[in-house]
Amino acid sequence: MTTSAREEAPKEHLLRRIFIRVGVLPFFLGIALIVFTIMSDKFLTVQNLVNVGRQSVYLILVSLGQMLVLISGGFDLSVGTVIALSSVVSATVMVAMVPIFPDAVWLAIAIGALAGFGAAIVVGGINGIGVAVFEVSPFIMTLGVSSVGAGLALFLTGGIPVSGLPYEFGNMFGFGRLWGIPVPVIVAAVCIAAMWLFMSRTRLGAQVYAVGGNIKAAHLSAINTKRTLMMAYILCSLIAALTGLLLTARVESGEANLGGTIALESIAACVIAGVSLRGGLGRVENVVLGGFFIILVQNGMNLAQVSSYMQMVLLGALLILAVIFDQLRFRMIMSGR
Amino acid sequence: MTDTPLIQTRGLTRAYPGVIALDHVDFDLKAGEVHVLFGENGAGKSTLISLLAGANTPSEGEILVEGAPVRFASVADAQAAGIYTVFQEFSLIPTMTVAQNMFLGREPGFGPFTDHRAMRRGAQALLDELGFDVPVGETVSHLSRAQQQMVEIAKAFHGDPKVLILDEPTASLTDREVDHLFKTILKLRTQGVAIIYISHRIHEFERIADRVTVLRDGSYIGTTAMADTDEATLVEMMAGRAIRDIYPDIPHQPAEVLLEVDALRAWGVRAASLTARRGEVLGMAGLVGSGKSRLFRSIMGIQSVRGGTVRWKGADITGMATRHVIGAGIYYLSSDRKSEGLDLAKSAWQNLSIDLMMGREARGAMIRPRALRSAAAEIFETVELRDSYRSKAVAQLSGGNQQKVLFAKSFGHDADLFIFDEPTVGVDMGTRAALYRLIGDIAASGKAVIVISSDLPEVLNLAHRVLVMAEGRITAELTGEQRTEDNVLRHFFDETGETA
Repeated sequence: MTTSAREEAPKEHLLRRIFIRVGVLPFFLGIALIVFTIMSDKFLTVQNLVNVGRQSVYLILVSLGQMLVLISGGFDLSVGTVIALSSVVSATVMVAMVPIFPDAVWLAIAIGALAGFGAAIVVGGINGIGVAVFEVSPFIMTLGVSSVGAGLALFLTGGIPVSGLPYEFGNMFGFGRLWGIPVPVIVAAVCIAAMWLFMSRTRLGAQVYAVGGNIKAAHLSAINTKRTLMMAYILCSLIAALTGLLLTARVESGEANLGGTIALESIAACVIAGVSLRGGLGRVENVVLGGFFIILVQNGMNLAQVSSYMQMVLLGALLILAVIFDQLRFRMIMSGR
Repeated sequence: MTDTPLIQTRGLTRAYPGVIALDHVDFDLKAGEVHVLFGENGAGKSTLISLLAGANTPSEGEILVEGAPVRFASVADAQAAGIYTVFQEFSLIPTMTVAQNMFLGREPGFGPFTDHRAMRRGAQALLDELGFDVPVGETVSHLSRAQQQMVEIAKAFHGDPKVLILDEPTASLTDREVDHLFKTILKLRTQGVAIIYISHRIHEFERIADRVTVLRDGSYIGTTAMADTDEATLVEMMAGRAIRDIYPDIPHQPAEVLLEVDALRAWGVRAASLTARRGEVLGMAGLVGSGKSRLFRSIMGIQSVRGGTVRWKGADITGMATRHVIGAGIYYLSSDRKSEGLDLAKSAWQNLSIDLMMGREARGAMIRPRALRSAAAEIFETVELRDSYRSKAVAQLSGGNQQKVLFAKSFGHDADLFIFDEPTVGVDMGTRAALYRLIGDIAASGKAVIVISSDLPEVLNLAHRVLVMAEGRITAELTGEQRTEDNVLRHFFDETGETA
């Protein structure tokens, strides 16, 4: 066992180092690029890749929030619900505000958006209280909240999309451009930069890593662990709500069925990008790439005419595979081999 | 008796990448002897027995059983050769009963049916013989750690061993239970069973040992008959240096009282009172479960306080949240560095930087990398953690270096009182001496130190004042010449007999 491993060591070294540092993403990305380029000649074109970049904005945003919660040692299955709820709430409030402020449509939009964020704070706060104070498992807590929120969103609208949003809202946040760049892309870029700054340059960000790495040790290092967990869940919800608003602007109505599969997709994006399900490990820049990767695979499968049912199968398999590689990577980190 | 040893090892070696855990060890075991393996944690005792037990395979060298070379591929192989081992990590199934565990894999019965009554009877008979008071029908997870230890030992006895290996079997047993265990061991010895007994409690094993083999840093140091040696010689063999070179001289300059605890009550603590002052090392001795650790965990806000008061520099801090207690200037170093001390997947530097951010270098919302780095480098120098260990995942470091990281974390806060709970558990002797020097330096710099330890020499040699705890209350305060092992041991059991 020892001799053969030693002989191969120099060859493995670089790939191994990349794997330990970044995770499985570079390998998956390479494989996906090769496979889809072979399967469709439309895939590896500038236009298609720009298109994928633009489409991946929404998933990247949600994944940033998901990453925060994953690093804190939990996960959030309710991000999809927050998108739906914030969409429905903000649209309803916006539609109600327009006749009250007929001359100030932007004020109506702002109030609607604030209402959406308010709903997100409530959902994130409930998740946070459940996990931090009552120590409910994040899985059950966010699964339950996800059902509650989805039910509320449907109840509020009776299942009918909320239409009649101010034209300016969709025009700006759904289809608008600033300096030639789509507004959602700008919003995402700002969020990515802010999140990077938060996670790698602020004391609060460092505390999230510490709590996820070992919550008892964090407690003995004078960290307010409950507050840190609360903050992670609330921030995650807020980012999901922001995504919900952008999607609402895109479809120009408040819809309770937005964000259906995004919980799974965002967790997959994070884990593939090297965010450990055990908490404590993960980097913003990799998660951005992880979100991009998931959309890239979906795009490639569409171009290769893989049926949408089969795509579900592949996405789930990809997530499981990524988790298996996460286990291997964690073992390597712990043993140094 | 024949001359052929029951077990013999020749040049037995176990290497891991970068570490040689066991280095060409020649060891022999005779039938009918109690052979103690003595050495620090990390000396290679556990590696040696894992090879003999079949849990691990040697990289070099060979094992001979009754003169014939053997290769054990598994624990079952070793058991087939008559070698049974009680490891420190328990192999019990927590959801099963005591009897089920003891008969695991060899349940009595007919075909697929198990004879539960025969199983219970057999288990009870064996436990009675060993003098262990454990209910056979109880689920293992409901037992105390000491009782689980007894079940584990009974399980090995059940196999009718030729060689019995016991790895620190008394760690969580009371004196009475230890006596029973020793009687059983001596009985087995007369039946010709050879026993390998791992321990570092000299006072305990000198009662039963025939021979002692000392290991240090993976190497064989020597084997002597117990009758021909004494404690000082053994400790010097183990440590490679004299005791007086291990413990520093800590000047006793008791100054103002910082901490006053008055009749504190908490889970496992019944009305404990004490004071800690600057310039003094206060030692806390007591058995596992005596409350010596829980007392300070309640002060730190890790477990809740039921009554009494805690005053810090005159202010009431009873029941305050942990982070506020730390902020006020008390730091608690946990006895369990793996589960509540360190973030094992991160580097020493990352582990320390979080404390610096929350403590000494806590200014503003942003991280100041340069200030952090220089503060960390200075602290790593103080605790003598080598450069190459600072950026590796802590999980990869030895116990001694992990403990240095934990000490480093304590310097990340501006503390006036340092509470060290089992500060050298699983630490090699060289590192121990370094950690003791650190403790001495802290006290000499006019800060207050409390050392909680199950290691009596440690408490007695470091502390100026020793408090003994038993059953949740403080049973003795020993100063000056009173600080002897006998005096401490005498107060290990609460003789007042009151109940709270």
